[in-house]
Amino acid sequence: MSTAVVADARITARPDGRGGTALPVLAGGGPIALRRTRGGATARVTVIGAMAGPLGGDRLALRIDVRPGAALHVGSAAATISLPGRDGRPARWDLDFTVAEDAELHWLPEPVVAATGSRLLTRTRITLAAGARLHYREEQVLGRHHDLARGAPPGRLTSRLTVRQAGRPILDQQTDLGPGAPAWDGPASLGGHRAAGHLLTVGHPAPPVPPPGHDAALLTLPGTDATLLTALAPDALRLRRLLTP
Amino acid sequence: MPDRTPAPGGATAVLLLLADGRFPAGGHAHSGGAEAAVRAGRIRDQDDLAAFLTGRLHTTGLTAAALAAAATAAATDPDPDRLDDLDRAADARTPSPALRATSRRLGRQLLRAARAAWPHPALDRLADRHPRGAHHPVVLGTTAHAAGLTPAQAASLAAYESVNGPATACVRLLGLDPYRVAAVLARLAPELDAVTAEAVRAAEQGDLPAASAPLLDILAEQHSTWKVRLFAS
Amino acid sequence: MHRDHIGLDQAPARHTYTPPSARALRIGLGGPVGSGKTATVAALCRALRTELSLAVVTNDIYTTEDAEFLLRNAVLPPERITAVETGCCPHTAIRDDISANLEAVEDLEASLGPLDLILVESGGDNLTATFSRGLVDHQIFVIDVSGGDKIPRKGGPGVSASDLLVVNKTDLAPLVGADLTVMARDARHQRGDLPTVFTSLAAPGGVAPVADWVRARLDAWRRR
Repeated sequence: MSTAVVADARITARPDGRGGTALPVLAGGGPIALRRTRGGATARVTVIGAMAGPLGGDRLALRIDVRPGAALHVGSAAATISLPGRDGRPARWDLDFTVAEDAELHWLPEPVVAATGSRLLTRTRITLAAGARLHYREEQVLGRHHDLARGAPPGRLTSRLTVRQAGRPILDQQTDLGPGAPAWDGPASLGGHRAAGHLLTVGHPAPPVPPPGHDAALLTLPGTDATLLTALAPDALRLRRLLTP
Repeated sequence: MPDRTPAPGGATAVLLLLADGRFPAGGHAHSGGAEAAVRAGRIRDQDDLAAFLTGRLHTTGLTAAALAAAATAAATDPDPDRLDDLDRAADARTPSPALRATSRRLGRQLLRAARAAWPHPALDRLADRHPRGAHHPVVLGTTAHAAGLTPAQAASLAAYESVNGPATACVRLLGLDPYRVAAVLARLAPELDAVTAEAVRAAEQGDLPAASAPLLDILAEQHSTWKVRLFAS
Repeated sequence: MHRDHIGLDQAPARHTYTPPSARALRIGLGGPVGSGKTATVAALCRALRTELSLAVVTNDIYTTEDAEFLLRNAVLPPERITAVETGCCPHTAIRDDISANLEAVEDLEASLGPLDLILVESGGDNLTATFSRGLVDHQIFVIDVSGGDKIPRKGGPGVSASDLLVVNKTDLAPLVGADLTVMARDARHQRGDLPTVFTSLAAPGGVAPVADWVRARLDAWRRR
């Protein structure tokens, strides 16, 4: 019998005093294992899912704190598969990122995939100081390939992304996709696509405007030097192409 | 004896006046994304329209309704900071620059009509602080306060406007049978009330929703680049 | 009521339009599709641009089409021409809900500084479309002879109540069998003392009667 998992992982990055970035805190938790994969000016960390999940009822959190002058790149080894739990409760995945002045965070994980019957709430809060730099990618895929192939409906993904820059909110948006969300597949929301994503860029050069003929747009956010590339695609592969400048 | 007392201050009639498509606040030239969705082949008939309106109501409609309800409450405060905060909250909830410009433009147009109809210091303050226009839900909420309406009434106006404009636009763009479109809107009525209630609850708790719909943002940006278009948004 | 209330009589005029003393004269041009509204606006701009500071707002049903015609023909610098979308209802934008046009007019005045004249061209519509007095000070209605010499007799608010009726394309009258004396007589009957001019924009100086009328309105506006 499975019990719900509660896990709280943390990463703190600060300059190591020799032109590189040190990770004084690199603490995985529960199914979230963290591996430092390379040193150098930018520290690189890979999130490794140590078990299947998240499952319904799980509460996972990851806090990242990038101190002034540090640079951190976080990726993941594989897609995160959201699976149904036993009691129908949703899983929660909370991300809380703080990036200080003259610091930079690249959050470029693999997609989150909502398997049939799953329900996942993700909540991402990003707090940027003035002059903080960010690359943040988020990809959501509705249904595993074999779910869709056998005609099963996808799971549900409710995802909120809140970004503050120098104390001011510059982005706050929630998408609610999958069975149970009103008109989630209609002509205002997904319109038949099965993959949705963003690339948020702050303090770096903006990605190019997406080519015509795709359901994608480069949006200039109200903050300073901040853009959101938002894209929809039939599948994860084509979404990734649209989100890769 | 039936109670024949009208709502205080003529509030019911004021609500009808503000919801009337003929109220001169600029809405007639906006399709709420419907023109772009029609051109993209995503709305072809009343079933597509119903799905479009449902999606819009539960996303940007809910967000706008909560902002409007919060603005009605904030407009009672002589300190303008609360309304300014809501305007920033609306900015953050509108990542598409085309939609931000539309919202501020419609806000400015509504403010013009509201100041003529219900002159009030809160409306003057809003105009002074946002000469390029405050976001439409913020103006709508302030207007509701100036006209003696409640936050719930402001929310219901915002929810209604989120579907009424695109529905009318589709009658014009696709030649849809206006009776069927009226039926689509009539069937949405319970959901409109539910969204209004959810918006009011959220505004009271100070936890403003940020519901959004990906295609609405993408379509709005595409629409803003067209050389030939019938609607302003 | 508990609200700090301002009486209706105290509602300042600026809520619906800029105080008249501080703004340009606004003249609307309406009329059926193809009668030559845009050509008249272009000819007026050429005739008046050296003596006046002017700008144009267009309300084409295809939004930027008329604005682009004016730009292509370089009658005014681009910053002096603005297009307003009308959501398939050109008459609504100039009569029932003038807010987008007022915004456009005021934005032009704000960005260009003091102007003498702003021309607001309506999208091509039918004979019943007229401008709101909240948007323009005077309105010109443009019809043409190829629409048939019966149009003045049919009347309608544009023909009967506009401040100036322009009957355009008089050079085509012999070709379409239109009788200009009948049109003039019917116009007089419909319009009483209101002026009617006949133009052929194809001829050099063809817009002169309209330009002269505009100059007279501007003189009166400045002397008021």
